[in-house]
Amino acid sequence: MLYVVIIFLFFSILLYFLLGGADFGAGIIELFTSDGNKSRTRRTMYQAIGPIWEANHMWLIIAVVILFVGFPVIYSDMCTYLHIPLLIMLMGITARGTAFSFRNYDAIKDDKMQALYNHIFVYSSFVTPLFLGITAGSVISRQIDPGATDFLTAYVFSWLNWFSVAVGFFTVALCGFLAAIYLIGDANDQFDVKRFTKKAVIMNAAAVGFGGLVFLAAEVEHVHLAYWIFGNPVSLVAVIAASLSLVLLWYLLSKGKTKVIRILAAFQVTMILIAVGYRHFPNIIMIKGGNNLSLLKDHAPLNTIDDLGWALLLGSLLIFPPLIYLFYSFQKKKE
Amino acid sequence: MNDFIAARSQMALSLGFHIIYSCIGMVMPVFMAISNYKWIKTKDPVYKNITQAWSKGVAIFFATGAVSGTMLSFELGLLWPKFMAHAGPIFGMPFSLEGVAFFIEAIALGFFLYGWNRFNQWFHWATGIVVGVSGVLSGILVVSANSWMNSPAGFDFVNGQYLNISPIKAMFNAAWFSEALHMTIAAFAATGFAVAGIHALMILRKKNVNFHTKAFKIAIVFGAVAAILQPLSGDISAKGAARRQPAKSAAMEANFHTVSYSSLLIGGIPDTVNKKVNYGIEIPGLLSFLVYDDFKTPVTGLDKIPQQDQPNVPVTHYAFQLMVAIGMFLLLIGLLYLFALWKKKGWLIKNWFLKLFIIATPLGFIAVEAGWTVTEVGRQPWIIQGIMRTSEAVTPMPGIQYSFYLFTFVYFTLSIAVVFLLNRQIKMVPELYDVK
Repeated sequence: MLYVVIIFLFFSILLYFLLGGADFGAGIIELFTSDGNKSRTRRTMYQAIGPIWEANHMWLIIAVVILFVGFPVIYSDMCTYLHIPLLIMLMGITARGTAFSFRNYDAIKDDKMQALYNHIFVYSSFVTPLFLGITAGSVISRQIDPGATDFLTAYVFSWLNWFSVAVGFFTVALCGFLAAIYLIGDANDQFDVKRFTKKAVIMNAAAVGFGGLVFLAAEVEHVHLAYWIFGNPVSLVAVIAASLSLVLLWYLLSKGKTKVIRILAAFQVTMILIAVGYRHFPNIIMIKGGNNLSLLKDHAPLNTIDDLGWALLLGSLLIFPPLIYLFYSFQKKKE
Repeated sequence: MNDFIAARSQMALSLGFHIIYSCIGMVMPVFMAISNYKWIKTKDPVYKNITQAWSKGVAIFFATGAVSGTMLSFELGLLWPKFMAHAGPIFGMPFSLEGVAFFIEAIALGFFLYGWNRFNQWFHWATGIVVGVSGVLSGILVVSANSWMNSPAGFDFVNGQYLNISPIKAMFNAAWFSEALHMTIAAFAATGFAVAGIHALMILRKKNVNFHTKAFKIAIVFGAVAAILQPLSGDISAKGAARRQPAKSAAMEANFHTVSYSSLLIGGIPDTVNKKVNYGIEIPGLLSFLVYDDFKTPVTGLDKIPQQDQPNVPVTHYAFQLMVAIGMFLLLIGLLYLFALWKKKGWLIKNWFLKLFIIATPLGFIAVEAGWTVTEVGRQPWIIQGIMRTSEAVTPMPGIQYSFYLFTFVYFTLSIAVVFLLNRQIKMVPELYDVK
């Protein structure tokens, strides 16, 4: 059952990235859209994510619940030493979620308030994945130091380091890339297809650039990232698969296949997560000095894990059919 | 402000706001579904308009409830990591199930809000029902997690170790039913009176009277019935608290001395130094009767509880008195409404009658806040009753007061935004929903 719970944890993080992350990306795309085209982008985005918006962000709640029920020590350590980036991320989630629904449900659509909602929405769409990425980078950066006696070492340098910040920007670029690819398929006309394609190119370049920076920063901070990714066959295959699918994605896009490329983009992100995660599984938090917190060791008593596993299995039976129908019916009605 | 007080204040603030958003978020979908049902059955477009107007309110409150709930799921760890490290595996079961219920609510809400004219009308209606049912279920589950903190179960506490954990037993602890029942009824009463009060104000101002009268009726029927049922569930809760948490119970009653024929205290100013109550009305024997069903059995007073295990007596007592007083007032005007509906239809449009309900608009929520103050302040100094002290659970990170200031700013801004948006919704009723 422990493995069932771990698989659910992995999938909820992955789905949050693929669905929630793309929602953040949509805000990032809007942030980098010229004023004249902003309202077109908003309209497409609204058609694309309106109905599924709330559901996409439930994956984070599922992941957090799995962590604190199944892996309480891991959860409480993260909350203690990464308090500040998590707090900023939460502020981002709050500002973004409310601004998005307020701008849609404000009964009076005046320019002043709409501009305010838009501002809050786009900037928090940028800040939230940045700090999500920073948090994710920090857990594997070996900068968390429970022995620290001063505030800065314990609560600030645990996440404010080159590696974590580079991972943060890499995450932002990936979210933007996912969103641009998804939006191409929802575009209303050729003009928008061109615009979103251009955005996808930029985000792709940014992701490659920041990806390179992540490796550089890893060397600076002595994180053995290159070894993790290139030192074992599974990660190596994942990286190659991700690269090949990227080539295929651009080829298919040039042929006008705007829907199937979504699967390739999602596949790429999945491969990246596997490539990074495989080598150091089951260790999930790398602590300064060489200790690790492990999913296979630092879990709740097995009684709890069993019950949690059953709750998740039962829950997924209840969640997936209506969720898939929701995606399906709104995608179909659009066409 | 020290870190411990800052952490407690931030938690109180977050829960205090979240409870309002989530009560409305779980009860309004029920109103919305009723109105939708009436629209499908009667084809009176006013009901369709009410449904759509309410669904926008639901969307706003669902969004704020969802983000404040997300914040809370992190705040538990950010502020109380040592509590979560031990308690997570024990009381986490309702949270896992709540995650599922909340997810289903979000999916159903997507169908309902975006599904007008896209689906079969009964399928669309059913998704609204699912929103309401899963919302109420989420509420019950979260309250059951809280009840575990008041009435810990499902583990053995041996030499500081938490052994033989059973999450299912923890979920169905001794307090879960009474707490969940009391809170669910409270959510219907508070939301019913709040929604009804706003529509009553619009009727009084003679704006879209037909629209607001129909909306008022749906909301107030729920509010009134809930207010009438609430004292019964309150009695179950209070009896349970007296047995499981005598310190909380004694603080609620400001009961300093354990004596036979214990008195029920109404009002009064507790004097904790001299251990007496000034200016209160005491009814001898009634407290004994309410707790033990006979007038003589002594009810445990604060004298039997060590000083370091006592909660703040005045805060708990005042909060309890306020909750009961409001509960009684809502009960009375609830009865008055049902009486008017039955015998005196003419009263329903009288100004004095409407004004009563306008006054009641915020009262249910004030009672909800007061009730949670009783539960949470009354449990102190424990975070897990009798097992772990709140002060042992707090994060080691210094500077929590800045986080508290930030959260205060965020919640006040959010609330101002919500009030602003609702005001604009109401203002637009004539333009959007007038039946031409």
